Amino acid sequence: MDERKKIIEIIEKIGATPDKLIEILLAVQSLSHEHYVSEEQLKLIAQKLNIPLSKAYGVASFYSMLSTKKKGRYVIQICNSGPCYVSKANGIVKALENRLGIHIGEITNDQMFSMEYTSCFGACHLAPAIKINEEVYGNLNPQKVNQIIDKLIKEVV
Amino acid sequence: MAKLKVYIDGQEIIVDENTTILEAAREINVDIPTFCYHPDQKVKGNCRICIVEVEGYNSFVAACCTPVRAGMVIRTNTKKIRESRKLILKMILANHHGECLSCRRNGNCELQSLSQELRVQENDLDQFVEDLSIDRSNPSIVRDSNKCIKCGRCVEVCHDVQGVGAIYNINRSSDMKIAPAYNKDLCEVQCVYCGQCINVCPVGAIYEKDDTEAVWDAIEDSKKHVVVQMAPAVRVALGEEFGMEAGRIVTGKIVSFLRKIGFDGVFDTNFTADLTIIEEGNELLQRIQQGKNLPMLTSCSPGWIRFVESFYPEVIGHLSTCKSPQQMFGALTKTYYAEKVGIDPKDIIVVSIMPCTAKKTEAQRPEMTDSGYQDVDIVITTRELARMIKQSGIKVDQLEEEHFNNPFGISSGAGAVFGATGGVMEAALRTVYEVVSGEELEKIDFENLRGIDGFKEATVEIGEVVVKVAVVNGLKNAKMILDLIKEGKADYHFIEVMCCPGGCIGGGGQPIPSTNEVKEKRINAIYQVDLTSALRKSHLNPVVKTLYEEFLEKPLGEKSHELLHTHYHDESEE
Repeated sequence: MDERKKIIEIIEKIGATPDKLIEILLAVQSLSHEHYVSEEQLKLIAQKLNIPLSKAYGVASFYSMLSTKKKGRYVIQICNSGPCYVSKANGIVKALENRLGIHIGEITNDQMFSMEYTSCFGACHLAPAIKINEEVYGNLNPQKVNQIIDKLIKEVV
Repeated sequence: MAKLKVYIDGQEIIVDENTTILEAAREINVDIPTFCYHPDQKVKGNCRICIVEVEGYNSFVAACCTPVRAGMVIRTNTKKIRESRKLILKMILANHHGECLSCRRNGNCELQSLSQELRVQENDLDQFVEDLSIDRSNPSIVRDSNKCIKCGRCVEVCHDVQGVGAIYNINRSSDMKIAPAYNKDLCEVQCVYCGQCINVCPVGAIYEKDDTEAVWDAIEDSKKHVVVQMAPAVRVALGEEFGMEAGRIVTGKIVSFLRKIGFDGVFDTNFTADLTIIEEGNELLQRIQQGKNLPMLTSCSPGWIRFVESFYPEVIGHLSTCKSPQQMFGALTKTYYAEKVGIDPKDIIVVSIMPCTAKKTEAQRPEMTDSGYQDVDIVITTRELARMIKQSGIKVDQLEEEHFNNPFGISSGAGAVFGATGGVMEAALRTVYEVVSGEELEKIDFENLRGIDGFKEATVEIGEVVVKVAVVNGLKNAKMILDLIKEGKADYHFIEVMCCPGGCIGGGGQPIPSTNEVKEKRINAIYQVDLTSALRKSHLNPVVKTLYEEFLEKPLGEKSHELLHTHYHDESEE
């Protein structure tokens, strides 16, 4: 299997020792548009690093930069730290929920978008702010949110 | 090592440097409460219940993980400390499903007794317990995460002592729980069911599957002939459940109890331990002669068998094909014994009392039906036996001591030492030596194979062969040996492996606490049973001889292969 080979290559490149686990998980996660490490992938990594699967899963489920569940092609992270919260981040969440038809923690049927909360990522001067994949969007209101989603949908089409 | 002077609650004490505050306090009998601390484990410092005040420090320190410094002034019992510990305890209780009355650990729970000691009368914090499903997926172990206080002791024993790693901390912060990967059930991951996690759990979050009701039902069923066997490690541990000191031998009282509640035959697994020695000893000799599949590995410990099947399938050929004594007993009871007493084996129920949770799963292995029926029907642990005694209202300490029934009631001291690490090896050497050399073994005590150490080895000259043997207990130690075998570097003839630290006396079904200190006492008692036995070598057991004459014909013969030997499966994931 292609993907299996790719993962083994990644492991060999980074080093097949337990201390490299996080680095390997991040590299494997970035292989797909789904932004997560699948069970099969995790099993392979655990086996190659000679650590119990439970431990690999413990690490993968601990860090918020890693996911063990399938996410959207676009991962929308809404900041719920203080400054964004008082700048009505709630309204942004509602706008997104209305537009996408999903709640926080869910993924759209077409696998395009998923939503989650995040802690402060340093864009307090742009509050309320969100992050979509690596991109930060700030000074938001419901209208802007809709425009961003429109733009992203067009990008893919 | 440098000595330091410190003051604890006004008392001066001189201790070695690197001593923790907790250890120093215990030296002068100052009791500091703990949860995550366990005498046989690493210091974790995650529950914070052991906080103390140190003069000059702004905040409390955890006594379990803070080493003393010269001149340290420590206070363990101030109002501030008492209040703070109480708050910590209340926070733990707020996340704990506190149904004490129906809890398995009612009366033997560290959280319960601490709540009493710290006088937590009511909890003003909101109770926040998720309604998580209870994992009853397997025949051995039940996990109830609603009661888990996340001390981490089970994780440590599973990873660092057993090298299995079925469970770990998953998720983060308030979502953190202890579970198998993907929050699966134990039956879906490579758990060996050793139950060591049960023995270190301070609360009722992990426990054995209770089969006592099935035993009561069997006894009450007048159409059934119900027999029971008891493993060697049970008799030296049960007393602890009734306030006796660890290591008290209560064999006769247990026999008396079992007969009183209505078992039709009360037998000794030590008998089939003797039989195991005959079969396994001959198997060893055969392998040495043929130079095949050496080193041979023992096969009485079902957690160990699962471990090999799950993680080292390439080593399966090294395992002895002998069934465990429990299973040999079941197979013989429903064939030889049934014939002798003239009862249809379908009307016989075989109950075992074992120190072990993995035995419950072993009895249900599909290949353990060579008698034509499930060979062993119900397995209960030492703790469950204690529960039955308490339920019955019979005062076990006041019972007259009685003897096991015949025919499976006569056994040698060699059968008894199966219960301690090194015992199977010692028993085997006593027999193999005499069978091969035809001479009497003068010094029959193999002291260097005894004791709780994880790894022991010895060489014995038997005839012309210098037999090299090793003994390991605890699966992490076994892993080391397995890796050597895989690399072709293990030049032993015979290796005894016991899944649990200390051997069966430290099994996952034994009374709690089961610390190293307690285990040592149980081991001493096991050797006491051996020493006071009239017979001390398996091959001298007259009933074993009769069994071969009347039924089995010869060791490793056709009947033996049919009933007393088994095979294993590759259960690894790849």
